Amino acid sequence: MPQIPGNDILIALATWLRQWLLTIGLDPASIDILMAVIRALLLGTLALLVFMLITWLERKVVARIQDRIGPNLAGPWGLLQPIADGIKAITKEDTTPDGADVTIFNASPIVAGVAALLVYAVIPFGPNPGGDCAGTPCGPLTGTDMSIGLFYILAVGAVSLIAVLMAGWSSNNKYALLGSFRAVAELLSYEVPQVLSITAMVMIAGTMNMTRLVEVQSVPFIFPLFVTALVFFISGIAESGRSPFDLVEAESEIVAGYHIEYSGMKFSLFFLGEFVHAFAVCAVVTTVFLNGWVGPFSFVPPWIWFFIKSFAVFFVMMWIKFTMPRFRIDQLMAFNWKFLVPVSLVNLLVLAVLDTVLRMMGLGRAANPWVWGLILFAANLLMLFIALWALGRAARRTRSTERRIVARMDDVTPAAPVTAASAPAAGN
Amino acid sequence: MDGWAFVGIFVVVGAALLSVPLILAALLAPRKPNPIKSETYECGIETYGDTRVQFKAQYYVYALMFAIFDIETIFLLPWAIAYQGFRTIFPLLEMIVFILILVGGLAYAWRKGALEWL
Repeated sequence: MPQIPGNDILIALATWLRQWLLTIGLDPASIDILMAVIRALLLGTLALLVFMLITWLERKVVARIQDRIGPNLAGPWGLLQPIADGIKAITKEDTTPDGADVTIFNASPIVAGVAALLVYAVIPFGPNPGGDCAGTPCGPLTGTDMSIGLFYILAVGAVSLIAVLMAGWSSNNKYALLGSFRAVAELLSYEVPQVLSITAMVMIAGTMNMTRLVEVQSVPFIFPLFVTALVFFISGIAESGRSPFDLVEAESEIVAGYHIEYSGMKFSLFFLGEFVHAFAVCAVVTTVFLNGWVGPFSFVPPWIWFFIKSFAVFFVMMWIKFTMPRFRIDQLMAFNWKFLVPVSLVNLLVLAVLDTVLRMMGLGRAANPWVWGLILFAANLLMLFIALWALGRAARRTRSTERRIVARMDDVTPAAPVTAASAPAAGN
Repeated sequence: MDGWAFVGIFVVVGAALLSVPLILAALLAPRKPNPIKSETYECGIETYGDTRVQFKAQYYVYALMFAIFDIETIFLLPWAIAYQGFRTIFPLLEMIVFILILVGGLAYAWRKGALEWL
């Protein structure tokens, strides 16, 4: 008799549903398809509910960071605010600009939303309950347990670029087009350190299967892979288009960039895509670096731990968003190509060499996880110090160059002093 | 059931789920177009000039750099999966040479100014 954890209501529900479908005479293949459709519906609804919770949470957190209260009128603590926003978005008029390419114009919010949603198909919310696949669920609590789950996430995360291009091009607006070019340049650039840090992580773990990644972490990977986690987190923030990397869609910069011409529910779908993508990045960080659904108390279902950790990571994301000023576009690109990409390449090389050396010495992850973790953590700290020192040196050099240029300009063209004699008399 | 079949189902279900608010909006939202509202937005002034502007060549250079590093990562990923099973250091040394060649490429692009936002 397989062990179904009595505390896990979702597995109990799934077991009951499977057995009931068997008794009404459905064959296992159609049961699989029906359960897949139910899983897809649940995952979609989960993403949307999380989106609503996140919009409320974000507004409350930004308010507290800015020393005010935030929405508190729509329901207790403003909890019904997302519903009010939804109603507003649905009842707003939906203008389409002249000369816009209507099919692409209408399709791009859906593409943006679906691209962000697709990541949730492989995120592991719970462990494998170990049942037989006919009567009791046999897979882990996830949409689908793909063997290349992490690679799938990278591939699908890039689909949102197409939505950005579609939106910018079909709007018949040169500012939307420029905004979408910039957004695509930024999103493409930040794919590189994201993919490189994922490669470093896959190398250390030895698998791309999301459930195996959680099981393999005897030490949560945030300690031995600290620089990798940092690079992935920062490039994930940039990929979602959030502050401080949101130049391409900020209101004071380019008046909403590629979604200038969208209003009402379509704009809300872009907004949804961004937030859902941000939470997906948090969920991936939780799975890969923070030990996923593992938690200390066994009476709490694993997916509760998963959400606690994901929301903690999301809180850090919000904290960064509301603390730092926005980057300029050239600062954005320079930060990526001149800092993040070299750091992630060096990180990959150092980790590869160090892990092989430790494995040959018998101190590998399988043999002695804590010593291995400690040595790698020390190596990560060293890399971080060297990277920040090199950054400080480059910054000092740039500042002294700028100071020299400004000083030389002052020498060549001194400002003529304005005296009473040379200034034209007022009122003449 | 196959993982990709689930992804296919998920795409359809996700698109349907996201179309529901759009359909609601199409039913409930007012629709009163007039020529002023349908103009394209240009900070309040009338638009002039061609809409589909030319794009800077620098975007192409960034896309090229991205393509190079992405293909490098495609070569790195199977190596990374097999990494924990290596018994000698030769695969590691070969991949170090590969990565160093690409680091050389990045350094060249940096010195030549291909990474500047012009």
